[in-house]
Amino acid sequence: MYDGPRRVTQTAGSPRTAAALTRRSLLRATGAGALSIGPLGTLAGCGIPPARRGGDGPTAPDHSADEKRVVFSNWTEYMDVSEDGERHPTLQDFTRRTGIKVSYTTDINDNVEFFGKIRPQLAAGQDTGRDLVCVTDWLAARMIRLGWARPLNPANLPHAYANLAAQFRSPDWDPGRAHSYPWTGTATVIAYNARATGGRTVDSVSQLLDDPRLAGRVALLAEMRDTVGMTLLDLGKDPAVCTDEDVDAALARLRGAVDRGQIRRFTGNDYTADLDSGDIAACLAWAGDVVQLRADNPDIKFAIPASGYLSSTDNLLVPAGARHQTNAEKLIDHYYRPPVAARLAAYINYVCPVDGVRAELARIDPSMADDPLIIPDAATAAASHAFRSLGGAEETAYEEKFATLIGA
Amino acid sequence: MSATKVSGSEVRAPEIPGGDTNAPEVSADRARPGAPTRRGALPYVLLLPAVLWLLVLFLVPMVYQASTSLQTGSLEEGFEVTWHVRTYADAFGAYWPQFARSLLYAGSATLLCLVLGYPLAYLIAVKAGRWRHTLLVLVVAPFFTSFLIRTLAWKAILADGGTVVALLDRLHVLDVTGALGWTEGNRLLATPLAVVCGLTYSFLPFMILPLYASLDRVDVRLHEAARDLYASAPAVFRRVTLPLSLPGIVSGTLLTFIPASGDYINAELLGSTDTRMAGNVIQSQFLRVLDYPTAAALSFLLMAVVLLLVTVYIRRAGTEDLVR
Repeated sequence: MYDGPRRVTQTAGSPRTAAALTRRSLLRATGAGALSIGPLGTLAGCGIPPARRGGDGPTAPDHSADEKRVVFSNWTEYMDVSEDGERHPTLQDFTRRTGIKVSYTTDINDNVEFFGKIRPQLAAGQDTGRDLVCVTDWLAARMIRLGWARPLNPANLPHAYANLAAQFRSPDWDPGRAHSYPWTGTATVIAYNARATGGRTVDSVSQLLDDPRLAGRVALLAEMRDTVGMTLLDLGKDPAVCTDEDVDAALARLRGAVDRGQIRRFTGNDYTADLDSGDIAACLAWAGDVVQLRADNPDIKFAIPASGYLSSTDNLLVPAGARHQTNAEKLIDHYYRPPVAARLAAYINYVCPVDGVRAELARIDPSMADDPLIIPDAATAAASHAFRSLGGAEETAYEEKFATLIGA
Repeated sequence: MSATKVSGSEVRAPEIPGGDTNAPEVSADRARPGAPTRRGALPYVLLLPAVLWLLVLFLVPMVYQASTSLQTGSLEEGFEVTWHVRTYADAFGAYWPQFARSLLYAGSATLLCLVLGYPLAYLIAVKAGRWRHTLLVLVVAPFFTSFLIRTLAWKAILADGGTVVALLDRLHVLDVTGALGWTEGNRLLATPLAVVCGLTYSFLPFMILPLYASLDRVDVRLHEAARDLYASAPAVFRRVTLPLSLPGIVSGTLLTFIPASGDYINAELLGSTDTRMAGNVIQSQFLRVLDYPTAAALSFLLMAVVLLLVTVYIRRAGTEDLVR
């Protein structure tokens, strides 16, 4: 549960925060009136302020010019590594070209956990100590909605602007990519261990939920949008336009499978080990993981259901309060140069959001340039669906129902 | 070692300033003019680090969480204290099964720890001789690896295709545990039994160490005296060893039960949707649903339930009465 080294440079006593807090507690104390005696007053004094403070308004000063560094938080195994395992060639390349040092930390394991970690600082309007973070689109959407992501300056993003693949250009949660650029695309597909299924293919969500021969050996993802979205597709509904009733129907469908003991667990990234060992025979999985898994274990197969698959993106954002926004933007732009993008894609095997990367990738490994899981072909792209972005109240309601489904 | 001896019911009351009548006489020899005030302040100075530590890292978060549990709102609009006490009732109404499960699993794990730990602690304290220190180091050895790694190791040990499952299946043990509802089908992972085993393993040292500390202090000559008075071996154990080790049993069970009832890692990694405990609900409400008031209320409810049980337990098994 512990993360790597963190560089959190909280400026606890920044004058703005201190003033806000004093005024706030003062108002609270007066508001609590008669109750403001002793402990009760203390209790009333510690509310959580509304999120939309600062937002797109006044930004923290940018120290990019005098501090040639940038702090980048990313997921584990999401960056190319040199042969000796010590360096990240594409990051080194960036430092060589721009003179900007990158503090690279892989302290993101899970979207909800990461949000829990940075929320208090963002809510208080403080610097999280990070200049660039990589989060899945629904969390990116939430951070933008709450005003916790800085609008990007297109002048620093010429390559990104020119090379972003068309399908990623205008998500409904960030029109025109004003705050975010995709790091990778991810596809949620079905994966199975052919040895554990006795050689049978598993290629639909219905089969995952109903096939008695898989009972107790199916895993679904603990990410609500992935599991519910794939079930919606299986029910013939489009997650891009689904209604409350559709979501309830999908949850009821899943509930039936859980109650029958069909589902073993709802997992995060840890399904990979169980699938590899065969404890899980079939599961919902992220395509990039499957590419990596099957390289070591030929029994691991994947299937894209006829009903389609769910695609999402992991996005780079500059969190509010970041000290080095310009440096962070230069780093985003670096990864939209096709040779750099190709080197990254060849290493991490996720969908590459950069146009013009195919030729570069073919130079590194021709088989990868033709892999639809890395550069989607027309048919694969057509089967892709996105979960629509949810409002705050809606999101909480769905997550609550889903939490009940997965046992808590 | 000394930490565990102090941690349970063995705690002696700390020397309160001025409480010990001998102290002034002894130190009077060395007393210099003006010294008494400094001597009087010393205990408080020594207390200061711990008090500050608890104040900042225990009391302040407690107050903050208590406040959170009485708030309503959302991330967008912010959370305000509205004294919405119903959150507690709603939370308990919705999640009492997970609470009951937490107590059941933690209770079972504590019992298992006692059954496994007592003979071992007895062996180390009474019979081990020169191996005593080696054995104690071995008891603590698992702590040298991370908690997470140890729990994940259980996944490998109990894996469906593994030897443990195959052996238990061949011996028809799984049929019995399956009939009792402890396991499902031909597997151990993702069942209540796996979670309880994981909890037992995680907290076993917390049971063994206090048991050892109290058994170590039992004078073996008492055993000889009892045998001289024609007590059989079981009688010696029942009438002499067991009562004298009760303080260790009480502190061991508390040190096992309390953290086990709040644990969520074992249920998360070794369990299924049917084995989620109160800790899982709190984690999920806090991080996933972003319902901070409910998460905070659940934390307080768990604390209250455990505190209540522990109070009843200590009252009934009060060491003063038991040791006589």
